Amino acid sequence: MSQLKEAILSTTAKGDKAFIPYIMAGDGGLEKLQPTILKLQELGVTAIEVGIPFTDPVADGPTIERAGERALANGTTLRKVIETLTSFSEHIKVPLVAMTYLNPILAYGIEKFSEDAKLAGIKGIIIPDMPLEERDIVYTALKANDIALVQLVSLTSTPERIERLTKASEGFIYAVTVNGITGARSSFASKLEEHFKKIQEYSDTPVLAGFGISTPEHVKSFSDFSSGVIVGSKIVDSLVANDWATIEELVKASKVATVK
Amino acid sequence: MTTEVKGRFGRFGGQFVPETLMTALKELEEAYDKFKNDESFQQELRYYLKNYVGRETPLYFAERLTEACGGAKIYLKREDLNHTGAHKINNALGQALLAKRMGKKKIVAETGAGQHGVATATACALLNLECIVYMGAEDVKRQALNVFRMELLGTKVVAVEKGSATLKDAVNEALRHWVTNIDDTHYILGSALGPHPFPTIVRDFQRVIGDETRAQFLELENRLPNAIVACVGGGSNSIGMFYPFVQDTEVALYGVEAAGQGIETGKHAAAIQGGQTGVLHGAFMYLLQDENGFVTEAHSISAGLDYPGVGPEHCHLHETGRAIFDSVTDDQALEGVKMLCRTEGILPALESSHAVYYASQLAKTMSPDEILVICLSGRGDKDVHTISAALGGDLA
Repeated sequence: MSQLKEAILSTTAKGDKAFIPYIMAGDGGLEKLQPTILKLQELGVTAIEVGIPFTDPVADGPTIERAGERALANGTTLRKVIETLTSFSEHIKVPLVAMTYLNPILAYGIEKFSEDAKLAGIKGIIIPDMPLEERDIVYTALKANDIALVQLVSLTSTPERIERLTKASEGFIYAVTVNGITGARSSFASKLEEHFKKIQEYSDTPVLAGFGISTPEHVKSFSDFSSGVIVGSKIVDSLVANDWATIEELVKASKVATVK
Repeated sequence: MTTEVKGRFGRFGGQFVPETLMTALKELEEAYDKFKNDESFQQELRYYLKNYVGRETPLYFAERLTEACGGAKIYLKREDLNHTGAHKINNALGQALLAKRMGKKKIVAETGAGQHGVATATACALLNLECIVYMGAEDVKRQALNVFRMELLGTKVVAVEKGSATLKDAVNEALRHWVTNIDDTHYILGSALGPHPFPTIVRDFQRVIGDETRAQFLELENRLPNAIVACVGGGSNSIGMFYPFVQDTEVALYGVEAAGQGIETGKHAAAIQGGQTGVLHGAFMYLLQDENGFVTEAHSISAGLDYPGVGPEHCHLHETGRAIFDSVTDDQALEGVKMLCRTEGILPALESSHAVYYASQLAKTMSPDEILVICLSGRGDKDVHTISAALGGDLA
């Protein structure tokens, strides 16, 4: 079993829900990466999604896109993120999940990237512009380095696709909760619970909810029918504002059993 | 050269998009497969192409240009005479009719020079579809006339300020809009780019250019031309022109990319000449990028060629050697404008002027009993401010 899946299952075994914050590497400078990751793991997050900036982030909404533009402006690259993570990897206790568009990996070289990512503590990867049909390009190299390839399942995925995606997904299943791009939202479709049940039918891999989750109430409401949540834009905004209290509240909301 | 499994052209193409779009792409693929062989759909398309667009367009012997160049006999395929002034209407109308058959009521599109935006806005007005067009803020400035035309046609034009504020950023926003409004919206992609099935659909709606040209040559000259020259940005006019000739190996195909200020300066839009393979906007293709895989800005005096990638079928034609790709600078394209204006009384679009200039040089290397045809993809009225500024005028 992948270390990523193990970390999530050990959280849910305690009765808590998994909480994965998304951070944009290099937003505010790469020197912020180490203190941010260490502080998040102190707060008790299950894993950390480390976003790699890209020039054309079509799956991302304005908050993460702007964070990416700031990171690019100060010279952040996939290579530099891997180097920085490697420099303090012995302090990283939670699994890291890289989130990067495909082209920076192709430019890096798939084999070399996978080897280096492993040394940097990366246990999972999300490639938002690479659907299941195209995954052969990267799969062997990732597998050889124990990096779980997380698949996204969307509201528009047909039942037949949901089955294939959930069976193929490693680490966890990333269930996209809205049609659209990343970013905070006030409401979600009413049929979500049913959608999540359908996803969980095909696999014992934990299902996590992501896109648009921005309040402790959202985190709690997804607890009823998922194994946890991924919170992106709200974390990115809070980190820019150095508002750790908000982040702490969000993490706490996932600890349904151990924090009352 | 036909579309293979998963929409590949050799190793190029594919479907590199977020999962949310996959179902829509499959739905589009199925709908397209159904309607492309549907006689009533084809009849409707032919009706509008003939009576509304004004096809077929003339294949015109450019006698004075031929004399000025002193070599091969030069013909012009007059796509500039289409309704809305460029070849873009062929695809916009085809896809709008397809969207209507699919039951989609809303259309989103991107535009660079504004020609595809105007064509889409036009087709949407004709077919009573709601239309929103994303356009890079830089292009909104460069192509104010086309912005106004789209608005007159009832389309909402959204200026994209992000990134380089040009065509690629407009594609990003159009894709985001499509992902968010997938239930009732069809995306009319304007070039032979993007995820499968778009490169195939766009090519099929543009191949009317090459099909007509082929038939016209057989009638006028009783033979096929020796060489075909077309400009390549994303590559829709060129693939439409080339495709019906791909099996005719005696016909040389020349794709002309925009060299901007010169490929050696880095300020260009020549993805095949000066890029490496990579993935952007759903397809594996030649792409302008840095060593980190970040997409770099394209530069061209012509907004319609100002895109960092190139259609996957062109990439394949390049790799197999079936087509020859070369490039022409901004200054040379301006020479092309002047040349065609003065010899033939035709003001070509800056995009097409790249092909005009290249052909004028190529013709000189050919003999008078050989034939060359230029795909004159659009007219240049939209470019007069840019041309005036580049020639030191103060029209702008």
